[in-house]
Amino acid sequence: MLKTLVSGDTPRSPILLAILIVILICLAFAPFLFPGVRSVDTAARICIFIVLVASYDLLLGYGGIVSFAHTMFFGLGAYGVALASTDMGRGFDALLVGSVAGAGLAALLALVIGLFSLRVRAIFFAMITLAVASAVAVLVSQLSTLTGGEDGLSFKIPRALGPAFKFMDGELFGVKANGKLLKYYLVFISCFVLFLLMLRVVNSPFGRVLQAIRENDFRAEAIGYRVVHYRVAATCLSAAIAALAGALYAVWLRYVGPDTTLSMEIMIDILLMVVIGGMGTMYGAVIGATLFVLAQNYLQNVLSLAGESVATLPLLPDLLNADRWLLWLGVLFILSVYFFPTGIVGRLRGK
Amino acid sequence: MSAAPEHAPTMAKMSLTERLAPHAPILLVIALILAGLVAIPATSSWLTLTVSGLAMGMMIFIMASGLTLVFGLMDVINFGHGAFVSVGAFVGVSFLLLLEHMTGAPNLLWNLTALMVAIVGAMAATGVMGWAFERVIVKPVYGHHLKQILVTMGGLIVVEQLIIVLWGPEEIYITRPEALKGAITFAGAALEKYRLVAVGIGLVVFLAMRWTLRRTKIGLIVRAGVENGEMVQALGYNLRMVFIGVFVAGSALAGLGGVLWGLYQEVITAHMGNQTMILVFIVVIIGGLGSVEGCFIGALMVGLMQNYVAFLEPKAALISNIALMVAILMWRPTGMIPVVKAK
Repeated sequence: MLKTLVSGDTPRSPILLAILIVILICLAFAPFLFPGVRSVDTAARICIFIVLVASYDLLLGYGGIVSFAHTMFFGLGAYGVALASTDMGRGFDALLVGSVAGAGLAALLALVIGLFSLRVRAIFFAMITLAVASAVAVLVSQLSTLTGGEDGLSFKIPRALGPAFKFMDGELFGVKANGKLLKYYLVFISCFVLFLLMLRVVNSPFGRVLQAIRENDFRAEAIGYRVVHYRVAATCLSAAIAALAGALYAVWLRYVGPDTTLSMEIMIDILLMVVIGGMGTMYGAVIGATLFVLAQNYLQNVLSLAGESVATLPLLPDLLNADRWLLWLGVLFILSVYFFPTGIVGRLRGK
Repeated sequence: MSAAPEHAPTMAKMSLTERLAPHAPILLVIALILAGLVAIPATSSWLTLTVSGLAMGMMIFIMASGLTLVFGLMDVINFGHGAFVSVGAFVGVSFLLLLEHMTGAPNLLWNLTALMVAIVGAMAATGVMGWAFERVIVKPVYGHHLKQILVTMGGLIVVEQLIIVLWGPEEIYITRPEALKGAITFAGAALEKYRLVAVGIGLVVFLAMRWTLRRTKIGLIVRAGVENGEMVQALGYNLRMVFIGVFVAGSALAGLGGVLWGLYQEVITAHMGNQTMILVFIVVIIGGLGSVEGCFIGALMVGLMQNYVAFLEPKAALISNIALMVAILMWRPTGMIPVVKAK
């Protein structure tokens, strides 16, 4: 039963299994285990980034395609929800319409970009997505009447997901039983389902063909698979799921803006998460996203401690400055591409 | 026995379209300039925009040429190329700030000398950095596009952060050398002096590069290497050394582009390199990966397009370049002047 749930793709390593179970339990009971605004926010962010990173991994790790437009798709979903909620008023119908429209548009855009670039050369795709994504980011910050420009949009989500709504009297295991709790579980369950769905996709015959294309596209074509069709399909699927993750992110934050959804920084974060966690394994996305988001929130404290301890030396304090944590992650990223391209998960599986 | 088939050769003249076809890319640039003339109401503003478009195109070409050659020669795609642009700009600007007494004086010769010192310093710094980048980052991942993209992107992140460590996180505002400020008026159009200098430097670089590639032995080896690397190696040339040379030269050119671009924008940030890479990639794609001439023509088109459209409809400027790229890819899917690989 459990095996069917994960589509036969078991962790295949006792340590990995243990880590995954810990992460799952922590996320599933986050509001009860770690009450507090910041920790619940971190948990929701981890859930959403797991889906986002896994959808990117579908493209990069399984399809062998590098895209720099993943934040664009993420942003499309987020803006879809925001615009729908602004125009249709608060309500679950607006959320549904917004996310479906965002995902549809993302898939369509991915189809167009894919047909243009993947048909010619797979590396064109990386460059074209980079160009298109930055153009879209600029456009979004310029079209301020529609998108709110740099300031972004704040919008109202259904009352049932707000802190003022009480679904039962009193407290549930010491936590206020309000809409905020419901919202967390909306995010958590949606992410969980989306993740299992992706696990299903990569372990289906479609996923196998993608892996075959990644290993040797020429041979895959010779066997009789239309390489371009598979690549484009993977791009569209991954774009649609990224858009859904974006929709969830928008619902969680009740806000969208270019910095939170479209910026190049997030794209780089996603890349780091995929590679450090392990390319070509869905579980790598879980580990990568969890580690990264935790590091983002807490590693800076550690670094600032290290910075203070060497404050008397020249240059070192600057290198260990808390704001420079991306530098060290960049180094880690390069080293992991060289020395363990299968990431943490690959290491744990002993490959 | 049947009669021999009738033999009547005809000497048909090649039609105009057939004769023009090989020159289509360069004609496209001219067509774009003419289209600009039609679309923009005042001739004087058209002239201003054309000059700034050419200046922008030249600067993009300087930055893109190294990238395209490196790809053509070794099939290496360097997503960290923007790092050289940023480093070049920061080193160059540091030199200019050091030589403030020279840039501040209203003396063209002194100003140009200071500019030259800055450019040489920046090119030396990015050249050395390019050598190190090739050794450390690119060398272990030859022949593996996916890893190349990832690793060079990682290199870009590290270099950007190092720039912030060394120069601080604030953006640095700079003023152009005194004699290059302002504009001269020609036929009623205001032409910024700095842009004319940029056009000049760009043309010199393009011509020097073309001459090196076409007339020298090393250029011959590079061109042959692009077409068929294995054969060149079989003839006894060490293509790896040539490649390192090209990588260093390309990085140095990116540094030069960084100085010019920084002075053009009058502000530099650690992320400026990656931002210019957007235009650079568009140029490299529409020119045809690996082709220097294609890159030059593509850069001019992108520069002109950007300036014309920014004048007519400011919000559509970046989108117009994407549209240009899409149109060209529909016409020639591998770019305007595709590199023919003899493999």
